[in-house]
Amino acid sequence: MTQILGISLPGLMSQLTVGLVNGAFYALLSMGLAIIFGLLGIVNFAHGALYMLGAFCTLVLLEYTGLNFWWSLALAPIIVGLFGAVLERTVIRRIYNLDHVYGMLLTYGLSLIFTSVVRFRYGSTGLNFDPPEALSGVIDLGFMFLPVYRAWVIVLSLIVCLITWLVVEKTRLGSYLRAATENPRVTQALGVNVPFLVTLTFAFGAGLAALGGVLAAPVQQISPLMGDLIIISVFAVVVIGGFGSIAGSIITGLCLGLIEGLTKYFYAPASNTVVFIIMILVLAIRPYGLFGKPR
Amino acid sequence: MTKIPSECLRISGLQAYYGESHVLHGVNLEVNAGECVVLLGRNGAGRTTILRSIVGLVTRRLGSITFNGRETVSLAPHKIARLGIGYCPEERAIYSSLSCEENLLLPPVVAEGGMTLEEIYRLFPNLLERRHSQGTRLSGGEQQMLAMARILRTGARLLLLDEISEGLAPVIVQRLGEVIMSLKASGYTILLVEQNFHFATPMADRVYVVENGTIALEMSQSDIPKQETLLRQYLGV
Amino acid sequence: MSKSAMRLGSMIVIVLYAALGVAALLAPMFLYSLLLVNILCLAILACGYNVLVGYTRCISFGHSAFVATSAYATGYLLTHNLPTEVGLFAGILASVLLGYVMGALAIRREGLYFGMITLAQSQLLYFLYSMAPFTGGEMGLQGVPRGKLLGFIDLSNDLVLYYFVLAMFVACFLFIRRCIYSPFGHVLVAIRENESRAISLGYDVNRFKLLTFVLSATISGFAGSLKTLSFGLATLSDASWSNAADVLVMTLVGGIGTLWGPVVGAAIVVFLQHYLAERFAELLTALMGLAFVVCVLVFRRGIVGEVSELLKKLRTRLFRRDQGNEDAV
Repeated sequence: MTQILGISLPGLMSQLTVGLVNGAFYALLSMGLAIIFGLLGIVNFAHGALYMLGAFCTLVLLEYTGLNFWWSLALAPIIVGLFGAVLERTVIRRIYNLDHVYGMLLTYGLSLIFTSVVRFRYGSTGLNFDPPEALSGVIDLGFMFLPVYRAWVIVLSLIVCLITWLVVEKTRLGSYLRAATENPRVTQALGVNVPFLVTLTFAFGAGLAALGGVLAAPVQQISPLMGDLIIISVFAVVVIGGFGSIAGSIITGLCLGLIEGLTKYFYAPASNTVVFIIMILVLAIRPYGLFGKPR
Repeated sequence: MTKIPSECLRISGLQAYYGESHVLHGVNLEVNAGECVVLLGRNGAGRTTILRSIVGLVTRRLGSITFNGRETVSLAPHKIARLGIGYCPEERAIYSSLSCEENLLLPPVVAEGGMTLEEIYRLFPNLLERRHSQGTRLSGGEQQMLAMARILRTGARLLLLDEISEGLAPVIVQRLGEVIMSLKASGYTILLVEQNFHFATPMADRVYVVENGTIALEMSQSDIPKQETLLRQYLGV
Repeated sequence: MSKSAMRLGSMIVIVLYAALGVAALLAPMFLYSLLLVNILCLAILACGYNVLVGYTRCISFGHSAFVATSAYATGYLLTHNLPTEVGLFAGILASVLLGYVMGALAIRREGLYFGMITLAQSQLLYFLYSMAPFTGGEMGLQGVPRGKLLGFIDLSNDLVLYYFVLAMFVACFLFIRRCIYSPFGHVLVAIRENESRAISLGYDVNRFKLLTFVLSATISGFAGSLKTLSFGLATLSDASWSNAADVLVMTLVGGIGTLWGPVVGAAIVVFLQHYLAERFAELLTALMGLAFVVCVLVFRRGIVGEVSELLKKLRTRLFRRDQGNEDAV
């Protein structure tokens, strides 16, 4: 076992890998949350539930149609995305004119309903899902053993984040989104179909969350409560990163995942709390988060 | 080519609300195709609200607004714009999160016959120079040109221009006046809200004076010199 | 409105309150005392929470910190056989101090930022409590004695306990009522309706919000102290975040910003929890979620809010009939 300064290198690296994987999930989810908040003005408390639904989609697809992980990777985000679009059209769009508070309460209520329905069908205990054959196994890097699946998750998440960032910052569609986020009324008066854009954006955010869920299925226990467990950290990431910036969410998510991993190695009991310590410190220095702008 | 009806815009009995606030109390006006009509009046009279009501940016509208014969008073803003109405807001609304060129390309093309990007850059060379700058880094005059340029690209034939001369240097105001005259010559229909009497009235075919949320006075270009004292009374000048 | 109608109105109110009082006094004959005590404690908690949410629109995610802190303070002192009043008073004091510290940091922010800061603070506290020796760690404080109030009222009798907690509830309720119908309360309503105008009128809005936060924290903490007194427990689960959902539902369903709303909400939630208990735990959660959705979409004023709106409309109609055909608007 390699030891440097009393630190067990394989142990540390393995925690960092796990941390980076978590960070990738944080990035995917916080990006979706930030985009939704930017355009809709709603803090989507149902985001964790959408992540959970993505994970359960993989189970359900396997159970009822025999479609494997690779199919779920493509289908689950689409299914959950469509579900998100329906939610937006029927329920969420009715509260845009109200105080922010009601957005939080409504989406929280929705998440309770989704969780309890899934829990009714599948119970509370976690279920396992095996990573696909092609991605199982480990690579021996010498100073650590790197699980193939985890490495692949990190890379894929980064690619998805990068593509999202490119679409939002550099394309025509992205300019519609940025314009509608900045000034929805005038953007509509200039001819852009903002209501449709809103539905599309919410669906996209839901799809991103579901993608996270699918990727998480082989590494975490699939349980109805998995959304609740992750959503608090994701909110912390968005608050630390600041709501204004996609790049900010991605960077903050990854960094926080790493920091959590480090904390887990050096002082495990604090690993759940370290995010909040950082949040309080950051907000004391930069009230709108690291990359945020006053709204 | 189908004949466009001579009447382009007709507003009858328009009432408008911002929240609970009743701002327009029954406005009646028409704009004919190819005309340039100016709305004059004091600050707070309701001129901007009339333009906003046409594009649907107020909380509630009652009455009737027809555009080329089509009733629009209950349509959503993006559908109204797509009928061929271009809106240039008082605050210009240049987006800070978009570059100059992205701002220009934002409003979708709604009809044929709009200016191409090259034609726009020929008309407003400054915008070509600054096309990659962040929208809000442009000067006041450039932002105003950008706000006008982007609706010229869409093919909209009715232009709603709100206080375009506000806060700009005389040289730029003159340039804008030339642009408007050439647009008028090309057959655009223009509804102009203006504070600057001397800038606006020479271009107007007709003038409405708005006061307390209604139309107080209407006159044609030929009557303006004779009625100047009356007009000045209404405008508090 | 005519004199006779007004007299009728106030008589109805007096009769209602009297009936409520009698019902409260006789309740232990029909329902299990400790169930009633549970309702009362949660009602106090919900009322405390409502003081913040209903009058400043700041949603705190960290109120469980006050519940836990007061619970531990009271539990610790009572376990060491200090007098009951001292234990309860210490619980109140602990929440006042904690409320001030937490509030000072959080109150400058709004919306989600405010919520997240309060959440972070309570999570931090949760972590510290799990490590601290005096809290009993994972097991918490168990078997906290109720002792004798003022040296002679034996609270180990469930019935006596019930009347004591009832008296405390009435005291809290009247206290909140006094605060809301005072000049302080009026400024709060002004801030809630139009904050920028309140600022332009010269009110130090942050100071009012902070004071409200501390009040809310104290009352909620007191509920925690009473809970520990009644059920003999002070554990880490008091500090876990999921309790916030229960309190939110109570306040929302009962009626945010009303006096009686949280009480009604607490009663409903406790009854539902009691009767749906283990077998239908998922159903309960789904119902709660549905309650959130329905309340936000169509029922924003909550039960008490909607009822008082109905009563207001009724009164206007009576007034109109009184005055003949005169327009009452």
